[in-house]
Amino acid sequence: MNIYLIVFIYLFLNYASQNEDGSEVERTSRFSTTLPGVAHVPFLTPAVVQERRPLIVAVMSAAASGTSKAAHGDVAAKRKKGPGALATAYLVIYNVVMTAGWLVIAVGLVRAYLARGSYHGLYYSIEKPLKFFQTGAVLEILHCAVGIVPSSVVLTGFQVMSRVFLTWAVTHSVKEVQSEDSVLLFVTAWTVTEIIRYSFYTFSLLNHLPYLIKWARYTFFIVLYPMGVTGELLTIYAALPYVQKTGLYSVTLPNKYNFSFDYYTFLILIMISYIPLFPQLYFHMIRQRKKVLGHIEDYGKVE
Amino acid sequence: LLHHPTYKRKPAKKTKKAVVFFEVEILDAKTKDKLCFLDKVEPNATIGEIKSMFHKSHPQWYPARQSIRLDPKGKSLKDEDVLQHLPVGTTATFYFRDLGAQISWVTVFLTEYTGPLVIYLLFYFRVPFIYPPKYDFTTSKHWVVHLACMCHSFHYVKRLLETLFVHRFSHGTMPLRNIFKNCTYYWGFAAWMAYYINHPLYTPPIYGEQQIRIALIIFLFCQIGNFSIHIALRNLRPPGSKTRKIPYPTKNPFTWIFLLVSCPNYTYELGSWLGFTLMTQCLPVAFFTLVGFIQMTVWAKGKHRSYLKEFRDYPPLRSPILPFIL
Repeated sequence: MNIYLIVFIYLFLNYASQNEDGSEVERTSRFSTTLPGVAHVPFLTPAVVQERRPLIVAVMSAAASGTSKAAHGDVAAKRKKGPGALATAYLVIYNVVMTAGWLVIAVGLVRAYLARGSYHGLYYSIEKPLKFFQTGAVLEILHCAVGIVPSSVVLTGFQVMSRVFLTWAVTHSVKEVQSEDSVLLFVTAWTVTEIIRYSFYTFSLLNHLPYLIKWARYTFFIVLYPMGVTGELLTIYAALPYVQKTGLYSVTLPNKYNFSFDYYTFLILIMISYIPLFPQLYFHMIRQRKKVLGHIEDYGKVE
Repeated sequence: LLHHPTYKRKPAKKTKKAVVFFEVEILDAKTKDKLCFLDKVEPNATIGEIKSMFHKSHPQWYPARQSIRLDPKGKSLKDEDVLQHLPVGTTATFYFRDLGAQISWVTVFLTEYTGPLVIYLLFYFRVPFIYPPKYDFTTSKHWVVHLACMCHSFHYVKRLLETLFVHRFSHGTMPLRNIFKNCTYYWGFAAWMAYYINHPLYTPPIYGEQQIRIALIIFLFCQIGNFSIHIALRNLRPPGSKTRKIPYPTKNPFTWIFLLVSCPNYTYELGSWLGFTLMTQCLPVAFFTLVGFIQMTVWAKGKHRSYLKEFRDYPPLRSPILPFIL
């Protein structure tokens, strides 16, 4: 019955990706290379919300847009304004720190590889900075909530939490998978993506975006995204037998809260959820790429 | 002769007044393509009538799915708006947006409420393939489970009857897609809750009879309260109209909460589900209550804001959903 939890969360998060004026979220992928404020996950056709009862969806989309339907023109206007001077300074520092952090992880991986001479078990050498900097990304949800970053709280939340989930609830929690090569696969994908992404934001904020970074952001995902997804899926799959054996994070009946949760089934459902999600996000980014890199004259322009 | 009962007065000759007919052109809001041109439109024609005319030339867009606006990105005009009272010249330009396939509110409500009613009973009667086979068609040994079934069923029967006989809807329709979303929500949660409450391994409330009694009182109180509010709101609005008025407390004590709250129907609804949560001591029920509360708070805040915008003399003491708090 915990199945419903996942179905609902999946449905409303997918749905909540729509804003009133059809404009969208900065990130539509954890291997985020999308143009801020453009298009959205084309899962369900966007429609004018004219009724009072969009139910589960309205919960989050209302929370996301923060206001009633009057958001129409306001959202567009807000987007143009952007963060104030103090907020920009803070964001620059944040993005620089994150770039540096992921560089540390990258360097750590390389050094560990050179020292050991093999790909195995490199996770242990970057475990701490990985946890620290990936968890630190939770701040980005706050940035959206406060409004200094023009993205959907819900979508950003979804992406960050899915990364955090993999870091803590899978890799950290199930020690036996930490030596798997699949972990290296997604960690590498994340590392390269994040270095590019955070430098992209840094330069954008400073209004000095080198075309190379923009190009990298909208090109590397072609390989990195499938690579990361493969790594994640394989890792979750590797964790399954241990979760089932130990009953990790699972609750059985009877108990006084009349609730049960099977983490094993939950993980399987998570894996299944990649099937509809991945192609949508991937092809959305391909389209974004055509749009962004198709206009060379936009070099240096920031949204 | 003039006072003779059957004398019919000959109609006085009316001076012929020149009626300025309007021309209406309807453009697509996105592509700005000219979709329709209507000439000789009466100045007192309503948007609703214009929609009907537009429907004739584009039969796939029935009036309910038309959004007509003055500005491509502006708000939808109301069906009751009169052409000559709009800020348009004698050639009016409107923008059209397709709202997508529509479905009536009543249909959606009936479907989304019938589901939980039926689904819960499937679990209550322990229909096969839900629980281990040895429990098929057995009944729970805990009397609170029977009580919970009665309360849950009563709640949804009440909702169905209210949909049919009490509510007066402002909008006739909503996007078709909503029926799938809404039904998933209601039906899904009903199944989730019912699974645990009617489970053979269900654990009754810790504080036993006392807890159940208090919970039942809260539940019933809030059901009556919620119903009272629905009746009060219905009485604000004459049949077939869409007028909006400020609701006030009536002689019914359950409506006195209007003094403190804009949307007491939601307040009472929250109360009912809190009662049900207490009665069943079931975490999924608590979760359902929480999600419902969040949604209703969003709606209450919106409604409260509309009230404030529309009525200058709106009572300042009122909060959207929780007295003084929210």
